[in-house]
Amino acid sequence: MILHPGILALIAGSFIVFIMMLYASILGIRIITRWDIRSSSEEQLTLEKKTYLVSSIIKYALGFEIISGLLYIYTVDDIYRLFVGAMCSTGSLNANPVGWYALYTKIIIFFASSIWIALNNIDLKAEDYPLAKPKYIAMIFITLLVGLDLYFLVSYFSGLRPEIITSCCGSLFSESGTGMAADLAALPPKPMIRLFYITALFFIGTALLCLKYKSGFLRYAITFLAVFSFLVSMASIISFISLYIYEMPSHHCPFDVFQKNYHFIGYPLYISLFCWVFFGLLPGIFQPLKRISSLTEEIERSEKKWLSLGIVFTVVFVCIASWPVIFGNLGL
Amino acid sequence: MIRHLKILEYALSSLVRRKFKNLSIIVVYTLTISVLASILFLTHSLKLEASNILLEAPDVIVQKISAGRHDLIPAEYITKIRDIPGVGTAKPRYWGYYYDALTHSNYTLLGSDSNLTGLSLLKGSMPSDSGQCAIGKGVSDVRLTGIGREMILVDSKNTGVVFTIVGVFSSESSLLTNDLVILEKEDLIKFFGLKAGSATDIAVKVHNENEVQTVAGKIKQLLPDTRPITKSEIIRTYDTVFNWRSGMMLTIFSSALIAFCILAWDKATGISAEEKQEIGILKAIGWDTGDILVLKFWEGIVVSLTSFLLGIIAAFIHVFFLGATILAPVIKGWSVLFPDFRFVPYIDLYQIFVMGFLTIAPYIASTVIPSWKASVTDPENVMRG
Repeated sequence: MILHPGILALIAGSFIVFIMMLYASILGIRIITRWDIRSSSEEQLTLEKKTYLVSSIIKYALGFEIISGLLYIYTVDDIYRLFVGAMCSTGSLNANPVGWYALYTKIIIFFASSIWIALNNIDLKAEDYPLAKPKYIAMIFITLLVGLDLYFLVSYFSGLRPEIITSCCGSLFSESGTGMAADLAALPPKPMIRLFYITALFFIGTALLCLKYKSGFLRYAITFLAVFSFLVSMASIISFISLYIYEMPSHHCPFDVFQKNYHFIGYPLYISLFCWVFFGLLPGIFQPLKRISSLTEEIERSEKKWLSLGIVFTVVFVCIASWPVIFGNLGL
Repeated sequence: MIRHLKILEYALSSLVRRKFKNLSIIVVYTLTISVLASILFLTHSLKLEASNILLEAPDVIVQKISAGRHDLIPAEYITKIRDIPGVGTAKPRYWGYYYDALTHSNYTLLGSDSNLTGLSLLKGSMPSDSGQCAIGKGVSDVRLTGIGREMILVDSKNTGVVFTIVGVFSSESSLLTNDLVILEKEDLIKFFGLKAGSATDIAVKVHNENEVQTVAGKIKQLLPDTRPITKSEIIRTYDTVFNWRSGMMLTIFSSALIAFCILAWDKATGISAEEKQEIGILKAIGWDTGDILVLKFWEGIVVSLTSFLLGIIAAFIHVFFLGATILAPVIKGWSVLFPDFRFVPYIDLYQIFVMGFLTIAPYIASTVIPSWKASVTDPENVMRG
């Protein structure tokens, strides 16, 4: 099963990323133990130079991880034909449940590394690199995640057996089934529609308030709202957005949207959702760091950018999600 | 944004200044990519061809198994299969293989009464009378013959039988018909000396697509000495076989990729004194380490994308215009009379994605450390020489 071109690319890519991250972590550990910003020894100078290497490695690694996330979805979507009973990614993932863990790990890596890069950019702008140590400790955790991801990928793809009869989205995301997926599918569409739009409006409102006022409470609120929006949006995709895209009142699958029949609409849909949540998360996460005097100004400047981008992606996501609701042929 | 564009402009001009060094990387990179892309394009086209053909295939093929081997199937099985609810039609098929010692090739002989869907591209006509035959393009080429001429085949009793060629299949359907010889059903039975009342296998059509699996199960239960093969099973097998073949080839060629990465690493590490001085001057006039890294990033992107595009174009020409002359024997499999068919030019975005991941990722990974080394060069040291 492993000798599928897409799977080979995924595993080879993840392996390369893991090796790069491992190397970066070793450098990171040296930086954590030897870092002394007040010293002007040669060692400190070398370490300061090494920080550039580490940050460029992580940037490339994140780039790969984002592409590999998309490639993973596409590959899983491509191999469902090999399993009896599968009709989309859900079937391929059910054929060996480790696949779900790989998917979750990829999502966590996406958020963790993007936040790390934002942190790094802020830190590099300050003259005294105040976040050097915590930053590299966080990086070691990301490396562990990348390692875990590689492990899940290998065990998922090597554990796939074509003779397995798997269950598809129709049974997992069915209104009458059991489990969380079924509960989400059974959410009544009309109240969900209301909740979805109210959440989006609430997010945009809070973001606008953040742009105007400097209150810390608002920043924490927007981070909380970003997490909440993510959950509501995922539930909405399963509960009603999918229905409108497929134009079928009983089809709740969140993966079929990636297929050609639906014009690959899933890719812009999920990408805009992830960007929305990412930019929404940042202001609250960086709020406590404002206490460090050399960072305050830079964080406040970047915050405006994050909030504006957060609003833009919210609008993009809501537009993509609303398009089939307003212009589609299905009426609930 | 403007900053990146300016750096990109500088990167381009500095690449042009060192054109021979960069050209050597681009040539090798392009070659590596074109080999990998050829493999992917070729297998994808073959998969596409196979699945297009299989669309026309019967839902279930029932073979009789005797002592673990394929055997002739008794005609009375047909009525038993027809009685299963949900079965549309069940027709016997008469066919076999024939080794032609004259041309050292294998033909597929088919009785014209059998299911002949998808074989409409015929010049001339199908055999309607005893002693007539229709042949594929490959057979007509290898025997240097055509419509109206005669063809002698040696039957199971070792006597030559003369057939008049009344039709030749056109080359568009050559994957299906290249090695095909179609005879009258009775002729074929006599030619192979098949037992009366038996066929090679039975083609079954099922009304409802969702019931195919159930029908196959029932056939197996009713006639335990048979092997029902469903269409989806065949499609799945083809998919797996082609994936496996291309994966295997990719794995073999990955050594070429590794060799290339070593070259890239080496080229990126060995920066000349002149280049060092350039970086030193840039830093002296106000560029910082981050800017140099961005510069190196853009240089890498330009080299990668140029080679990637060239490689994909080369692979495209190789596979779709030259018929994949270099790779075809390995991927297609073994056969003497293999159709010389042209693939339908088609690029799947997924293939491009996979290619990019397989080639650009290792290149970037092998140049990240050398670029950093170049970027932290101290201006003072360099300028002192």
